[in-house]
Amino acid sequence: MLDLTPKEITKRKALRINPAKTCQPIGAMYASLGIHGCLPHSHGSQGCCAYHRSHLTRHYKEPIMAATSSFTEGAAVFGGGANLRQALKTMFTVYDPEVVAVHTTCLSETIGDDLPSLIKKAAEDGIIPKGKTVIHTNTPSFVGSHVTGFSNMTRSMVRYFSRENGETRELINIIPGYVEPSDMREIKRLSAEMGIKSVVFPDTSDVLDAPQRGRLELYPKGGVTTKELRDTGEAAATLALGGFASEDAAIELERKCGVSYELLDLPIGISATDRFIQAAIDITGKEPPASITDDRGRVVDIMTDMLQYLYGRKVALFGDPDHLISMTEFVKDLGMKPVHVITGTPGKKFERRIKALLKDTVPDVNVRSAADLFLMHQWIKNSPVDLLIGNVYGKYIARAEDIPFVRFGFPILDRIGHSYFPTVGYAGAMRLLEKMVGAILDRKDRDDPDEHFELVM
Amino acid sequence: MSEQALSNISRINPEDLLEEIVRSYPTKVARKRRNHMLVRNPDEPQQIQANVRTVPGIITQRGCCYAGCKGVVIGPIVDMVHIVHGPIGCSYYSWMTRRNLGKAREDGQNYLQYCFSTDMQEENIIFGGEKKLMAAVEEAYEIFHPKAVSIHATCPVGLIGDDIQHVAKMMSEKLGIDIIAFNCEGYRGVSQSAGHHIANNGLFEKVVGKDDIEEEGFTVNCLGEYNIGGDAWEIERVLERCGIKVMSTFSGNGSYDEMRRAHMASLNLVQCHRSINYMAEMMETAYGIPWIKVNFIGVKAMSKSLRKIAQFFDDPALTERVEKVIAEEEERALKGIEPHRERLDGKTAFLFVGGSRAHHYQDLFRDLGMKTVVAGYEFGHRDDYEGRQVLPNLKLDADSKNIPEIEVRPDPERYRPRKSPEVLEELKRKGLIDNYEGMIPDMEKGSIVVDDISHFELERLIETLKPDIVCSGIKDKYVIQKMGVPSKQLHSYDYSGPYAGYEGAVNFAREIDMLVNSPAWSMITAPWEKTPLLKAVPNKV
Repeated sequence: MLDLTPKEITKRKALRINPAKTCQPIGAMYASLGIHGCLPHSHGSQGCCAYHRSHLTRHYKEPIMAATSSFTEGAAVFGGGANLRQALKTMFTVYDPEVVAVHTTCLSETIGDDLPSLIKKAAEDGIIPKGKTVIHTNTPSFVGSHVTGFSNMTRSMVRYFSRENGETRELINIIPGYVEPSDMREIKRLSAEMGIKSVVFPDTSDVLDAPQRGRLELYPKGGVTTKELRDTGEAAATLALGGFASEDAAIELERKCGVSYELLDLPIGISATDRFIQAAIDITGKEPPASITDDRGRVVDIMTDMLQYLYGRKVALFGDPDHLISMTEFVKDLGMKPVHVITGTPGKKFERRIKALLKDTVPDVNVRSAADLFLMHQWIKNSPVDLLIGNVYGKYIARAEDIPFVRFGFPILDRIGHSYFPTVGYAGAMRLLEKMVGAILDRKDRDDPDEHFELVM
Repeated sequence: MSEQALSNISRINPEDLLEEIVRSYPTKVARKRRNHMLVRNPDEPQQIQANVRTVPGIITQRGCCYAGCKGVVIGPIVDMVHIVHGPIGCSYYSWMTRRNLGKAREDGQNYLQYCFSTDMQEENIIFGGEKKLMAAVEEAYEIFHPKAVSIHATCPVGLIGDDIQHVAKMMSEKLGIDIIAFNCEGYRGVSQSAGHHIANNGLFEKVVGKDDIEEEGFTVNCLGEYNIGGDAWEIERVLERCGIKVMSTFSGNGSYDEMRRAHMASLNLVQCHRSINYMAEMMETAYGIPWIKVNFIGVKAMSKSLRKIAQFFDDPALTERVEKVIAEEEERALKGIEPHRERLDGKTAFLFVGGSRAHHYQDLFRDLGMKTVVAGYEFGHRDDYEGRQVLPNLKLDADSKNIPEIEVRPDPERYRPRKSPEVLEELKRKGLIDNYEGMIPDMEKGSIVVDDISHFELERLIETLKPDIVCSGIKDKYVIQKMGVPSKQLHSYDYSGPYAGYEGAVNFAREIDMLVNSPAWSMITAPWEKTPLLKAVPNKV
C-alpha cells in the first residue's frame, strides 16, 4: 500500500501528489442542490459535470441531477454563449426547474464567458420563462478549492435573491458551511429547539438524504426556497459557520441588505458548539431548553468516562479548513495531541488559527494549508500517530502505516452514515466520540494478547 | 414483476413510445434525438445516429475526452507515473474511481494509488504552465525514478497554448526516460470516445513496438480489457488453462514493459471495440497482427470466443485443450448459475453503458434467461451499433476531424504476417478476423436502441416499460433505484466482480438475483399506507 512513498521529504514546488482538495465547481454544484427546485448547471465541457455528479453520487448514494453546456472545440474557440442558451431552453422545457444555478469551469473561465450578460440576454429573449430564475457564480478551478466553490455559490444566493425592504424580522440566517444534510438538519433542529426562527442556506437536508418511496422526485421536498432566500435580507442577524465556506455570503448580505453577521467556527466538538449556542442566546435572547444542556452534559459524560483511551494520543488530521479548525479544537479538548494537520485548500489564516489553538498543548504542530496527502503520509512516517482523522482517501495511509482511522469530512465514498448522522452539535460530538473511541479500542482488541483481551473496557 | 414487464412491452407500440418521448423536447431537439433511437427490425437495414454532439442541458451520461484518455485507457497502466496538467479536479476525479485493478510486477512499480497533478493556479493560466509542468516531471522523477511518464492535458491547457508535446520531448531527453504527452483536452470530440482515440495513437507511436522479445507458443494481447473488478485476471486464468499466453493487456493491469513487446504477439483479442479498435487496426497494418472480436462476458460468449481463438491458431492440440477447458468450465459455471437462473428466467433488463458493454452483457443476460429490451451506448459509434461495414461510408464531422489520424505503414523490420495471404483472406471472408458486427444485429425484433440516452428518456422508458433491472453507471444508479427499480452499475460493477469469464458469470448471476429478488424492494410502501385508514379503530387509543 502506497509502497513508493519515501520517508525522506523533498521539497516540491510544482507537483501535487494525492491532493487533499478538489476543484471549485463541485462545491458550487453541492451548494446549488441546497436550493429547493434547483437544477445545477455546469458551464463547460461535459466531463466536469459528469465527474462532479459521479463524485457527489458516490458520497451521498443519492441522485445528483445536474446539466452541462457540453462544450466542444467550437465553443472553446468562440465562447459558450450559444451552448448556454440551448442548455437553458432544453432544461426549462424538459425539466422545469424553478431555479437554474450556473457555475463556470476552468474552460469557460479561461475563455472569459460573461455569464451575467449571457443570462440577461437569455431573459430578454424569453429563453428563461417568467417566474423562473437563473443565477450564476464564477468557480474557476485554478483558484481555491471545492470549499471556495461552495462559498461562491452561497454568496451568489445572496446576490440574486436577498432583498431588503427596510423591515427587520424576527429571523436569523444561518449559513451552515460545506457540511452534510444531516448537519444542516441538526442545525435547524437546534435552532427550532431554542425557539429561533431561522433560514438555513444552503440546505441539502431532504434533498440528499431523500427516502426510498418508489418514485423519483427530480426536485425533492428539501432545500431553501427562493422566498426564504429573499427573506434573508430582512433577518436580524446572520450566523456564518466557518470562515472559509460561509463568511463571504455573510459579508455580502451585510453589504447588500445591512444584516450584521457573526462569524463562528463550525459547531463541531464541544467548545465550538458551546460558542454556537451562546451566540444564538446572545443574538436572540432565547434560552436553550434543558434538552440541549442535557445533550451537552452527555458529551462531557463520555469525555470523562473514556478519557483514558484518548488522553495523550497523537492524532493526524486532514480535510477542509473549517472542519479541521473545529475538529482540532475538539481533539485538543479531549486531551489528545494533534501533531499533523493539513488542508488542501489554500489559506495562511488556517495555519495561524491551528497554531493559535495549539500554542500551549502542541507548540510544534506540523500544520500546512495548500498541502497534500503525500506530505501528510511522509510526516506520519517520520513522526507516527495513534489515530488518523480525515476523508476516505485516508484509508490508504491508515492501511500503509497500520493506524486506526476515523472517517470525517468530504468525501466519504466507502461508508454510509454521514448523510444521516450529524457531526455538528452535541449529537455530532457524541457520534465523533463513539467513532474515535471505537477505532482506538478496536485496535486494542486486535493487538492485545489473549491474556489481556478484556471483557470490560 | 417480470410478467408485467413483458406484457408492458408487448402492449406498448415501441415506435409510438419513442415518438411520445421526443414530443416533450423543443422541436429541433426532438428531431435530433429521434435519430438516436430505433426499434429493432431485422427485416430492414437500420441506421442510427451516434457519436455526435450531445444537446446542451439535456442531462447526459457522457463525460469528456480527458476521461476517455487518462481515465479509461492510460490511467490503468500500473507502472507509469501519470501526470495531469491542469487544475486539480481532473486528476482528483480519475484517482482510483474506475476500479481498474492492478498489481506491481517484479520491479514493484505500482502508481495506481497515486494521483499526480500540476494543480495549475491562476498565474499558470495567465503566464503559461509549461515551466510548472517541466518542474513537476522533474520532481516526479527525483522522487520515484519511474521508467516512463505520461502527461495529460486538461481543458485550459489547449486554450492557453502550453506545448505539452514539446515539454515531453525536452524532459524525455533530459531525464532519459519515455515521456508521452496526450492532448486530450476535455472539449475535444463529443465524448470520452475522442480520448480513447488519442490514447491509442500515443501508445501506438511511443510504446508499442519498442522491445523485440520473442515469446513461444500461442501468444495474444487482450485489447480493450480494463480489469474492472479483476476481469482481466479471470480471462487470463482461462486462457492460460487453454495454453494461450497473454503478452499484454490494454490496459487493465497494464504494464508499460509488456506493452512495448505487444507487437510480438500472434493475435490481438479485441474486447471493447470502441475504445481500442484503433490500436488493433494500427498493429495489424504495422506488424501484421490480425485481430478477433471477442466477448468474454457470458458463459456461452466466453466459450464462443475461445473457439474463435482456437480456430485462428488452427492447431489440433490447442483446439482439443480449449474444448476440454470449455467443457469443464461451462459445467461448473452453469451449475453455479442454475439456482439464480430459476429466479431470473423471463425477467427484463435495460443496458445503457459504454461503447461495448451494452452489447456484451446481453449475452450474459441470455445465459440467465433474461431479455434485454432496451440498450444503448453512452459514447459508441455507428460501427459499434451496426457493424464495421458502415465504416467506409461514415462521414467525419468537424468534431471527429479534430482528432488526429496517424498514418501507419508496415514496419520495415517488424512487419511479419501471421498467416499466409490466402488463409488471412479466408479468415476475413468467414468474418473471423478484423470484423465486428455490432450490437443491433444481436437484438431481438421489437427491442429498443437509444444512443446517448438522456435522463428524461431513461425516466420515461423505465416508467413505461417497468424493467426488472437497469444496468447503467453511478450517476444513474440511485436515480433508477429511487423509482423502485434495481440498478446494477456496469462501469464499476458496484464494487464487486469479476464478471468476465466463467467465474465472473456466476458472480454476476448471484448479484443480479440478489438485486432483483431482495426483500428490500417489497418494503417501499409502509404497512399503514397499504391498509385503508377506515380500518383503524379509534377507541383503542
